[in-house]
Amino acid sequence: MHGLVNRSVQSFISDNHGTDVWTGICRDAGIGFDQFEPMLTYESEIIESVLGAACARLKRNRAGLLEDIGTYLVTRPDLDAVRRLLRFGGETFGEFLHSLDDLRDRATLALPGLDFPELELREHTHGNYTLIYRWEQRGFGALALGILRAMADDYGALVFLDHTPGRDDTGDVDQVSIRLLDSDFAQAREFTLGQGR
Amino acid sequence: MAARSGMSATNRRAYRNGPVLGKIGLDRLMPMHLWVGPTGHILRVGPTLQKLCPGMAIVGRRMTEFLEIRRPRGIQLMPDLLARDGAAAQVLLRHDPQVSLKGLIIALPRDQGAILNLAPGISVTELVQKFDLKNKDFAPNDPTVEMLYLIEAQTAILEESKSLNNRLQVARVAAEEQAFTDTLTGLKNRRALDHLLARVTDGGEGRKFGLMHVDLDYFKSVNDTHGHAAGDHVLQTAARIFVQETRAEDIVARTGGDEFVLVLMNCDNTATLNRIAARIIERLEQPIRFGGATCRISASIGTTVSSLYRNPDAAQLCNDADIALYQSKDRGRACFTLFSPD
Repeated sequence: MHGLVNRSVQSFISDNHGTDVWTGICRDAGIGFDQFEPMLTYESEIIESVLGAACARLKRNRAGLLEDIGTYLVTRPDLDAVRRLLRFGGETFGEFLHSLDDLRDRATLALPGLDFPELELREHTHGNYTLIYRWEQRGFGALALGILRAMADDYGALVFLDHTPGRDDTGDVDQVSIRLLDSDFAQAREFTLGQGR
Repeated sequence: MAARSGMSATNRRAYRNGPVLGKIGLDRLMPMHLWVGPTGHILRVGPTLQKLCPGMAIVGRRMTEFLEIRRPRGIQLMPDLLARDGAAAQVLLRHDPQVSLKGLIIALPRDQGAILNLAPGISVTELVQKFDLKNKDFAPNDPTVEMLYLIEAQTAILEESKSLNNRLQVARVAAEEQAFTDTLTGLKNRRALDHLLARVTDGGEGRKFGLMHVDLDYFKSVNDTHGHAAGDHVLQTAARIFVQETRAEDIVARTGGDEFVLVLMNCDNTATLNRIAARIIERLEQPIRFGGATCRISASIGTTVSSLYRNPDAAQLCNDADIALYQSKDRGRACFTLFSPD
């Protein structure tokens, strides 16, 4: 697992529950350290142990915790990069949804070696979509759901999302049904192409 | 492709005339174009190029009043421009010379003038920032937005890599400070010696040991004459000799550039210690070869023993061995001296 994910889990728990809780979770998980480096790669077992210990200590289910971490990744004010890079996908939430087909390619172009889920958008009738999510890493669909939810808010769109986890022998194959009720529901967060460094 | 004989009359006619884009098509395909009529006046300006000139009426001006063609050189009049059909151009906007654009000159058929299709080139990030350009300001098949995405992603990644490197560097320095080994010779370092000596002297009067302070003679001239690589080799050779001349339970430490401390456990017999010191000097004086060079060194040694003290103290012992060492130096080097409390 790329350290970016591990580091997000660390930041989310430290920011929301304090560093004592985080170091306690790492101790419970028995991983022998409590600082993840976002530019390094870690064995998948490590994040699994951490998530297991976090769910136990925080008394939360995995999907709910991961969804919150996904939302946190986009809304963290001190880390605008993720939100901004996703907003490059398009000027409206509809355009953004269509850009998800290319997100894996974009992400690996930016960071070669990044292990990233494959996304495929199917548009049914206007405003009704299904997002197919495939990843060998099992159990992370809820993270994508949290990111999607936060991005809808970022665009000021009102959406209804319904997540159905699934799997085949290659890994997870989740479906998220998306109903775009109003793409101009609220004020979008500011985004201009040129405001990044 | 040549017109096929199987074409319908309508297709043949369309093919002969060539495609007619229309003004809107032109805007979409080339949002930064400038259409210059046969008299040299601007007939149309693409919407993104207009965005770089806020509030400015461009249509109707002479092209040469609006922009300066830096390359190709010498374009003043319309025939000059038409003659450079297909050439790459570099232009500056006269009202805002900061804006440098690259482009392509296309001469149009049937006396329609020319199109100058412009693009931001390398200054794209500044232009996007300055004029708040958006996705729709670029043709969808133009990779500019993807390029901006990549620049931003790479910048974020570079920042992250830099801070990782800093953290690793800090960790490395901390680890080196905590290390007990001298990386060049593999001997114990000063820190390790302090720890071990404290433990040995804590043993009280019961522990017997000898402490030798060894300083290599003529080492500086090896470094100066044959270089640092030769110097390093000499230090490694000396370290090997110290290890071979002592036992596993003894302590051998490098405490400075060419200074070493040997602690010989369960040995306060001065005759034995002198014999060891003599042997060490004898072996160090053997020529040491490095590449084509032959390095010659020796050593001065000062020794003290635990039985001289009622309560052996590490600092005191080191200090006394040092005094003895300097007596050896004063006696002309390459010899050993036993510390005497008098």
